[in-house]
Amino acid sequence: MTRTIPAFESLAELADACGQVPGHEPWPRIVVDAALWRRLGRQLAQGQWALLGLWGDTGRVHAALADAEGLLVATLECPDGRFDSLAAVHPPALRLERAIRDLWGYEPVGLPDTRPWLDHDRWGVLQPHGAATEVPATGADYPFLPAEGESLHQIPVGPVHAGIIEPGHFRFTANGETVVRLEERLGYVHKGIEKLLAGADLMRGAELAGRCSGDSTVAYALAFSRAVEAALGVEAPPRAHWLRALMAELERLANHLGDIGAVCNDAAFAILHAHCGVLRERVLRAADAAFGHRLMRDRIVPGGIVGDVDSKGFAAIAAVIDEIERRFPALSELYENTASLQDRTAGTGILEPGLAARYAAGGFVGRASGRAFDARRFAAYPPYTRLAFPVPVLKAGDVDARVRIRMLEVDASLSLVRQILERLPPGELWVTLPAGAGEGLALVEGFRGDVLAWVRVASGRIERCHLRDPSWFQWPLLEAAIDGNIVADFPLCNKSFNCSYSGHDL
Amino acid sequence: MRRLLFDSLLKGPVTEAPPAPDPDALAELAQAVNRRARERLGRSLSIRAVDAGSCNACELELHALNNPFYDLERYGLHFVASPRHADVLVVTGPVTKNMREALERTYAATPDPKWVVAVGNCAANGGVFAGSYAVVGGVSKVVPVDLHIPGCPPSPRQLLAGLLALLETAR
Ligand code: SF4
Repeated sequence: MTRTIPAFESLAELADACGQVPGHEPWPRIVVDAALWRRLGRQLAQGQWALLGLWGDTGRVHAALADAEGLLVATLECPDGRFDSLAAVHPPALRLERAIRDLWGYEPVGLPDTRPWLDHDRWGVLQPHGAATEVPATGADYPFLPAEGESLHQIPVGPVHAGIIEPGHFRFTANGETVVRLEERLGYVHKGIEKLLAGADLMRGAELAGRCSGDSTVAYALAFSRAVEAALGVEAPPRAHWLRALMAELERLANHLGDIGAVCNDAAFAILHAHCGVLRERVLRAADAAFGHRLMRDRIVPGGIVGDVDSKGFAAIAAVIDEIERRFPALSELYENTASLQDRTAGTGILEPGLAARYAAGGFVGRASGRAFDARRFAAYPPYTRLAFPVPVLKAGDVDARVRIRMLEVDASLSLVRQILERLPPGELWVTLPAGAGEGLALVEGFRGDVLAWVRVASGRIERCHLRDPSWFQWPLLEAAIDGNIVADFPLCNKSFNCSYSGHDL
Repeated sequence: MRRLLFDSLLKGPVTEAPPAPDPDALAELAQAVNRRARERLGRSLSIRAVDAGSCNACELELHALNNPFYDLERYGLHFVASPRHADVLVVTGPVTKNMREALERTYAATPDPKWVVAVGNCAANGGVFAGSYAVVGGVSKVVPVDLHIPGCPPSPRQLLAGLLALLETAR
């Protein structure tokens, strides 16, 4: 007999109904039974909530859900290693469940696709987070999904690609020049980061978190540190918050400038690539002058930040902001007014707003397809509550819209950096962490979208840490966006998404 | 666009003077390069980048070598799309087990004489990922390495100094 469970209006109502697990901050965690887990799956499928994460833990799985008001972690105990697949009703969970299966050995019952995902049969160990059984590494073949029809042909690409980019495999099925199916195979750069994190001390944790996806090293270190601080119930000092945001905005600027140039380069418009490359380099040099590292790596730690910025550093940042403000308008104008470039980007690689919403696509991918979500607003972490910034949203969903969102965000970040430089409070840079225990969740807006970090810490060590890159919910959408486009436009589409391989593969 | 081009003409290039070739790298390389190779290659090297599991930051700095400040091509060094066109493999990352075979095959596809440059701390010994079930832990465990450029990631200037040392020796 199945219990009928009423639909919940909001996550807050759900949290009240279930009772929260103590010691989980700042959003509630609840333990649900199998029936309620299925109910949550249906409400996810109906689009009532967004799935922001799904990960394994000892004897249980956790799902992070979001509605308009906030976040919630729902936990299902699965002592027998089986749980009802959410992907059976809500496809965005698919790769996450395949990963849980590979890493923990839990069986998502009803999982529509049971091929391994991160496990390429090369590790010499099965279910590294679970039983960790030693097995011979045979590199078994991976069956790609079939695509049948007259005059279809396949183009395998990767894992080693032509450019200086990360490895992954793309299997195109094309009819003449038109792509009828793209299937991605990822996992090539899986480094086992979450296993290395288990048992690590907090400083090593920050170091590893900052190396999940190098282009987002600030965002990851920030997400990890905020999650640890939430778990231990400490707050970094105000000056640390502001300097963290300064780094986050510089990281966003550098990456957006690089991406805008790279998309134009893939459309064979090299002059914008060169000019954006110069501006990007200047940002990295200013970051180096201010924070002692071009990518600002290992500067954010649980409790605060390492090292202050001197007057020379601030002057370097102010100078680069001036320069970009002076020179960027001419570049965006050139982008707008070059018909041959627009011809390539406008109408190419369209991601439907409905899909973006269903997959809770973060960052410019979501915002170029009508999803007005920005973790700086949603999670409202300091100092953004005290800063004015727009969250630009477009509806077209094409390569052009993803470029334009980045351009608008360059402007927004310039203004944010200015506000921070003007109002940066004096004071301490870090607080000593107590040796407590607890669980913490953080959601931070990296340049690519929302990075989620979840930790359980006890006596200065990490028991379990999960880091979810925004790419998890963007990669599958690239498969949809390329549909019906020509093969030659794939590099352009891919660059406009710029998903992280390393952040996804972990 | 004409304005932009005109401005660029007036302002002159942002391209900077090269760093001196890294002396440590020169010493490491002196043993690796033989005379015959020098005669064959002249002063130009084609580089093929292979990401063997990097966090992608090493790639960002390799990319930077192509920006107008560093302008790698003026030294006769350029990145090529296929290992079959390459003299040098630049390898990043701790070599994940999932990438090991791809690296081996890329190496096999590169014609002789060839050099391997391991870029970044990960490529040297696995870096922060050493000891994981999923990584081999260093490029030299899979293919012979002629030069290590340390850093996390190495800056473009460090990369350039290392590559120029390679060019000096391979001349
Ligand atoms: S050396 Fe550092 S920057 Fe390079 S791949 Fe490793 S972690 Fe990333």
